Amino acid sequence: MKYVDEYRDPERARRLAESIRRLVTRPWSIMEICGGQTHSILRFAIDEMLPKELTLIHGPGCPVCVTPIEILDKALAIAARPEVTFCSFGDMLRVPGSGKDLLTVKSEGGDVRIVYSPMDALRLARENPDREVVFFAVGFETTAPANAMAVAQAARLGLRNFTLLVSHVLVPPAITAIMESPQCRVEGFLAAGHVCTVMGTAEYERLAERFRVPIVVTGFEPLDILHGIQMCVRQLEEGRAEVENPYARSVRAEGNPAARRQVFDVFEVSPRKWRGIGEIPASGLRLRPEYAAFDAETRFGVAHLAADEPAECIAGEILQGLKKPHECPAFGLRCTPEHPLGAPMVSSEGACAAYYRYRRG
Amino acid sequence: MSQEFCFACPRPLDQQETIQLAHGGGGRLMQRLIEGLFVPAFAGGAPRGPLHDSSVVEVREGRLAFTTDTFVVDPIFFPGGDIGKLAVCGTVNDLAMSGAVARWLSAGFILEEGFPIESLCRVVESMQRTAAAAGVQIITGDTKVVDRGKGDGVFINTAGIGLVAPGIEISPDRVRPGDAVLVSGDLGRHGIAIMSVREGLQFEGALDSDCDCLGELVSAICARGAAVHCLRDLTRGGLAAALNEIATAAAVGIEIDESAVPVAPQVAGACEILGLDPLYVPNEGRLVAMVAADAAAAILEIMRAHPAAPQPALVGKVTDTHPGGVELRGGLGGRRILDLLSGEQMPRIC
Repeated sequence: MKYVDEYRDPERARRLAESIRRLVTRPWSIMEICGGQTHSILRFAIDEMLPKELTLIHGPGCPVCVTPIEILDKALAIAARPEVTFCSFGDMLRVPGSGKDLLTVKSEGGDVRIVYSPMDALRLARENPDREVVFFAVGFETTAPANAMAVAQAARLGLRNFTLLVSHVLVPPAITAIMESPQCRVEGFLAAGHVCTVMGTAEYERLAERFRVPIVVTGFEPLDILHGIQMCVRQLEEGRAEVENPYARSVRAEGNPAARRQVFDVFEVSPRKWRGIGEIPASGLRLRPEYAAFDAETRFGVAHLAADEPAECIAGEILQGLKKPHECPAFGLRCTPEHPLGAPMVSSEGACAAYYRYRRG
Repeated sequence: MSQEFCFACPRPLDQQETIQLAHGGGGRLMQRLIEGLFVPAFAGGAPRGPLHDSSVVEVREGRLAFTTDTFVVDPIFFPGGDIGKLAVCGTVNDLAMSGAVARWLSAGFILEEGFPIESLCRVVESMQRTAAAAGVQIITGDTKVVDRGKGDGVFINTAGIGLVAPGIEISPDRVRPGDAVLVSGDLGRHGIAIMSVREGLQFEGALDSDCDCLGELVSAICARGAAVHCLRDLTRGGLAAALNEIATAAAVGIEIDESAVPVAPQVAGACEILGLDPLYVPNEGRLVAMVAADAAAAILEIMRAHPAAPQPALVGKVTDTHPGGVELRGGLGGRRILDLLSGEQMPRIC
């Protein structure tokens, strides 16, 4: 397959792994931010190609995994209402809230739909003026532009039956929180390529300088990831802490200004709770006051709902890279994809689910 | 019944263009549906005898295989097939996986009030065409009608009886470490074809479902007799589910070489975009075969000569390590578990 096979070439992968082996002189811990990268690393067994001195820590970049339980409870409450058509990306349907998940609400009669884009939800709202169509706007900087565009279009069309349940989070504040944690073991980062495609690399320059940590903008194919690791290791070995961008086929330093403008026309930066981590200041997005009419939390009166995480789930430690999934006592026993205690066991990008799927036994 | 059989849709059936509750009510309307549509289609206008509560067939001594399956696909008509073709192929294929030659099918229809009779005609005609091509007769059936909103157009159940020739023993029990693992063609076409219609996804190049009857292909393979140990058609859950079921049932390990698994470029591309793994995507006309290693090359040759096996490939082997587990050797050399999924990759497909 063109544009994919070239980045999965076994011979080039072997040569990259070999060059990483030659570079490494001491142990290093590198975090890949994005769940998509975690999935690739386990799917292609990239970690097994690396020298034992290198530890990959799986970061918090899985939107499904970091969506706090109270947002899920809000989603469940809204989806159960008879007048609501609740639209979500497929991955969110099996994430447990305090009690059930969206699939259960669907089986109980809730109108829950899987969509592939917020524009599908917008179309449903236009075609069904008697239904309240709610889109579950989850994700990092990557999904924000399309969600913002859907709201902007709904406003232009004067749609009154379309709202967003917003749970948008941002990568740089999470990196700050990880680096400021006293238990932090991360010495270098692979930044998420698609996030930088939208946002550019300026924020990462500041982080690299402030925490003296190398950050390499990295893609999602095996060669992209190996290349990112190689550049990160070289910086660590040479004592540099810079932002480097080997993923230039997608990322420009200035990002995508049009997409960013769209995002900040509709959303503003706000504090957000992260599942398993807690509230991080200025780490998310919420609708600007002028778009308040599109906020599902106010429309359906669920803003007050609060909930606690299940005590046994160590998602917080997993998402901060303090523990590996198989170090959790519940892993594979009381916590499985069929009966997840926490979100990282649900999403295919979740570190626990990836370990369960590719590494059990 | 000849393969050239053709019948004109007897529309309008009593001036009705859609299915009414009375079409399942046991009265005149139902009788017209049976005599005007099902009998002409399935019995070629000439029933095997007077219509009765059951059909009687003659069998000489030997072994019979018996199976049933229910079909609930959405949409009913999709590129490369429809629910009728699926309902015949599915049951013929299930029989074939025991090495049985399908002979007789039943067809049970659950119709939703308001379902267009013209669509029912198309489905029935497709069943007849598929059955004739597969050399199987539909000899009994049933129709029920449910209230509008309580069904999804049409659901079909088919049960089938097939004959197993002497000397054919195909079962997970016979799978042995060292066996070669073959697939009959490229994977994932049915699932992606259905999805492209249902979700309005457009891909470069047309993509048809692989929906097909595998009876003849299996007969050809079974000419190799005892070397054929186990067959499984790859439906829901794809190759991954079939291999896991066999590994568990036979208490063996299975190793698959990912780069040897044939996947069409459109399917691979769609899977990349949608975050799906083609090894889990449903098929409706593909099988996996566990065969004695020394017969693998000959059986691959037989497959290559057969139109129902468009791209046969040796994809792996049976091992005595990690019994019950399936391991995938990736293109980069790493190994990983190929596990059962906890749910479906996609909502209801077949």
